[in-house]
Amino acid sequence: MVILPLKEAVTTVLVAAVLIYTLPMMISTYTLSILLIYAMLGLSLGLIWGFGGILCFGQAAFFGLGAYSYAIAAINIGESTLPMVIAMLVPALFAAVLGVFMFYGRLADVYLGVITLVVTLILFKFINSTAGPSYVIGKARLGGYNGIPGFQTLNVPGQPDNYIWGDPFYYVCAVALVIVFLFVTALLRSSFGRIAVGIRENEQRMSLMGYDVRARKTVLFAIGAGIAGLAGALFANWAEIVTPGLYSLGQSAEIIIWCIVGGLGTRVGPMLGAAGLAYLKFLLGQQSMIDNTLITGLILVLFVLFLPKGVVPAVADLWKLSVRRRPRRKRPNRRIRAERVDG
Amino acid sequence: MDYVAVISVEVVYAVASLVLISAGLAIVFGMMKVINLAHGEFMMMGGYATITAVNYGVNIFVAMLIVAPLVVGLIGLVVERLVIRHLYGRLVDTMLATWGLSLLFIGLATMIFGNTTTGISTPIPGFTVGGYQINGYNFFIILVSIVLLVAMYAVLKGTRFGLVARGAMQNPEMAAALGYSPDKIYMATFFAGSALSGLAGAVLAPLVGLVPTSGGAYIAKAFITVIAGGPSLIAGLMSSAGLFGLVNQIFTFAVSPVMGEVALLIAAVILLRLLPQGVTARFLKGKM
Amino acid sequence: MTSNRRSFLASSAAMAAFAALPTSTLAASKIKLGSVLDTSGIFDAYGKPMDMAMRLAVSEINANGGLNGQMIDISAYDTQSDMALYSQYGQKLVRQDKVDVVHGGILSASREAIRQTMRKSKTLYFYNVLYEGGVCDRNIFINGVTPAQQVEALVPHAMGRSGKKVYILAADYNYGQITANWIRKYVADNGGETVGLDFFPLDVADFGSTIAKIQKAAPDLVVAPLVGGAHLSFFRQWAAAGMKDKIPLASTTLGVGNEHKVLTAEEGNGIMVAYNYSQELDTPANAAFKKKWADAYGDDTNFHEIAVSNYQGVMMWAEAARQAGSVNRDEVIAALETGLSIEGPGGKITVDPKTHHATMDVHIMEFENQGMKVLETLPQRPPIDTQAVCDLQANPDDNTQYEIQI
Repeated sequence: MVILPLKEAVTTVLVAAVLIYTLPMMISTYTLSILLIYAMLGLSLGLIWGFGGILCFGQAAFFGLGAYSYAIAAINIGESTLPMVIAMLVPALFAAVLGVFMFYGRLADVYLGVITLVVTLILFKFINSTAGPSYVIGKARLGGYNGIPGFQTLNVPGQPDNYIWGDPFYYVCAVALVIVFLFVTALLRSSFGRIAVGIRENEQRMSLMGYDVRARKTVLFAIGAGIAGLAGALFANWAEIVTPGLYSLGQSAEIIIWCIVGGLGTRVGPMLGAAGLAYLKFLLGQQSMIDNTLITGLILVLFVLFLPKGVVPAVADLWKLSVRRRPRRKRPNRRIRAERVDG
Repeated sequence: MDYVAVISVEVVYAVASLVLISAGLAIVFGMMKVINLAHGEFMMMGGYATITAVNYGVNIFVAMLIVAPLVVGLIGLVVERLVIRHLYGRLVDTMLATWGLSLLFIGLATMIFGNTTTGISTPIPGFTVGGYQINGYNFFIILVSIVLLVAMYAVLKGTRFGLVARGAMQNPEMAAALGYSPDKIYMATFFAGSALSGLAGAVLAPLVGLVPTSGGAYIAKAFITVIAGGPSLIAGLMSSAGLFGLVNQIFTFAVSPVMGEVALLIAAVILLRLLPQGVTARFLKGKM
Repeated sequence: MTSNRRSFLASSAAMAAFAALPTSTLAASKIKLGSVLDTSGIFDAYGKPMDMAMRLAVSEINANGGLNGQMIDISAYDTQSDMALYSQYGQKLVRQDKVDVVHGGILSASREAIRQTMRKSKTLYFYNVLYEGGVCDRNIFINGVTPAQQVEALVPHAMGRSGKKVYILAADYNYGQITANWIRKYVADNGGETVGLDFFPLDVADFGSTIAKIQKAAPDLVVAPLVGGAHLSFFRQWAAAGMKDKIPLASTTLGVGNEHKVLTAEEGNGIMVAYNYSQELDTPANAAFKKKWADAYGDDTNFHEIAVSNYQGVMMWAEAARQAGSVNRDEVIAALETGLSIEGPGGKITVDPKTHHATMDVHIMEFENQGMKVLETLPQRPPIDTQAVCDLQANPDDNTQYEIQI
């Protein structure tokens, strides 16, 4: 396991610190918190799809599971520390089981996508039909379509009455995102990460080299789900209500879109895509002249047509063009690939 | 006994409607490997085209079977020329673009039609089986689905266009070398797929409450049916629709509509686990 | 990359400034009314007319010289049918815009997403939608009808016209579950029997099997509090099967989003409903309201029950502010708690001080040619369901949504 080079870690932390300090001057911390949470969610799919090659239509399932696990655990426990851990473990375990089911069945590509989509739909339909009083876990009513409101929100560990909200909550989200980012970076630098990218590029080759492709994919999938679960738990704390909409197809599609718009195969891309598009949605809601669904749709179509690789790779290419006068010839293959892990 | 007859009709109807809502997607995905996430919106537009045509005094059957497929087919043609054409071979990008298109169409439909468009009633009266009333329109949908399957088979197997299309899908370079333009074939195929989506939306319009966001209800089901069917277009469609329709209705009658839907989804998961490439990758190989 | 982020932020800021323009044109005004509604996305059929009604009410108040001499300024946000945006805009309304009152929320989940924010920030909140009942919070006022108010009126009427055996089809969420319980109670109270009960999640659109099941149970009446576009399919498939003339239908939800205009006359005629408002209501107040709406929007049919509720909510708040002589939250609440009444398009509407819900007229109606013909008006029905669990005068600090046990 290669540990993250000190220099890069320091740079990341410094850049992050500047951003964390300056961003609240432009956007309210309440809105920033959700942008950071979405960025983490985008990163979770960016990891398993962009680097692991696992096209998951159901990242929202893990996000929702994290949020619901947190809400249910928080109602039953009344303190937030353990529920935060549970919110990461439940989706990770769920993903591990699902991963074993899928990868050991040699499911790949779009078929894998369909399974994850279907599992998300099943979860959504299940949660949606739990409005009756018989659906209770411990003290928590599942609430069906209306969701679960009124659970214990994030508190200083050990002090249930000392809530973390407002500006401190923003800093918690920011620090959590930086930690996750560093973790993902370290993971990708490790042999595990390099082999994962190898599997994405050519599964058969890695398998013939003696790596257990199925187990590695399962582990990566579970890690991604755990990160999504953490984002879900933070979301629950931010919104103070969880609803089945978190599991919806629309939510899953949105995460995929963040990754593509930001740039697959990079770490920063999905994060930027998530935060950028979510902020755009927030801005759009303040106008009432044109139907907002229409505008969102138009933006997506134009994006695919004119910036198909995503923002971050496109900007990186521009950067290279301007810095080195003669860029290396890019291969014409348009498949998304990333030999470099820095975005 | 009458109840059994009623259930049987409902099962056949469920299978037929799955075939109907999946056919357009199956052609576009099966032949061009484009996942059209705007499929549901194409259906929605088929519904609005029918309603509009009927309001202008067109006969309802003409509106459903001719006007709607043509209108939606033409919209599909425009979409193909402007957007999809640039994205062939890029599965994920086509998904994103068609997702964008689906939102765009929802927005447009909302602006044009608003949210309260009066629908059209079914043109066929209900009828009695023993002590039960059955929706007579069910039989029309079953009939349309059968005709559709037969027509698809006939076109693909029996006509020169079908042969060339199948060839171009397997090996575009070879088709081009033989003097057929893959570009034109893709265009025609996308037109046909969109027209079928429009047809499905039109035929279902008298049975559903049509609003601009109606399309979302179909896309997942159609997608699952098509993928589970596997590589053979018609045999795949028939086998997966048959299986899912049956499972869905049995559980619907035995438990509840929710369980019916969940059973369908679970059946899909199990099916794909056992047959990762879809039904027709293992069985009925080489069929269409 | 840095330059890109910078330019992105700059352009975003420019967009924000642009977007803020229309709302800040009335620079001299002082009173701020916040509104959060889904005016795009899957719930826009409800949200758009509500937004129009709110704007109509405010422009009417402003045209008559404002409130206590001050103009009202609107801060309205489109939540795009996304629950997370409710939280965001709710925060923005109370922290940045610092509004004096918030009207908004459509689904119960959206109300719960902002209710605590409003309470914590001491911002008066009006929820003007028909809903399942039971919210008990001194900071909120609710102007929609609740299940018991409707069901108490509708069930005896419908049973009187059909028979004793009732089959219930309800939307599978809190509203549907609670309404179904009330229907069962009133069916039993009126000497009837519930022979079947099915719940449907909001995305179920195929009711063929259900229609067969209903026939097997052979009820005299079907009560169907179904919700949304997908559920509308039930009424069409019911008619397509030729069941319409065999078993009568009643609903506590159909028509709220103008569904009776989506159904054709043949499909809809004869369905019995009970609401606070109908466009066919023959009163001077309603005629005046329809004229105002037509003058403002050029069409006097594109609104519905909850749009009128929203209008009445804004008017109720304005009346209270007039009586209090201020928009200060506590003074307005005190004025409302005197049992204030206004005359709205749907009839007289009175604040119930104990529950902060509304006592109002409930009209029993029947669909006729895509309209709702009023058959009978039951004046001033109190919110008996919420009254059973909530007493804000005894417990002003209560902050729960009760599940009402019947």
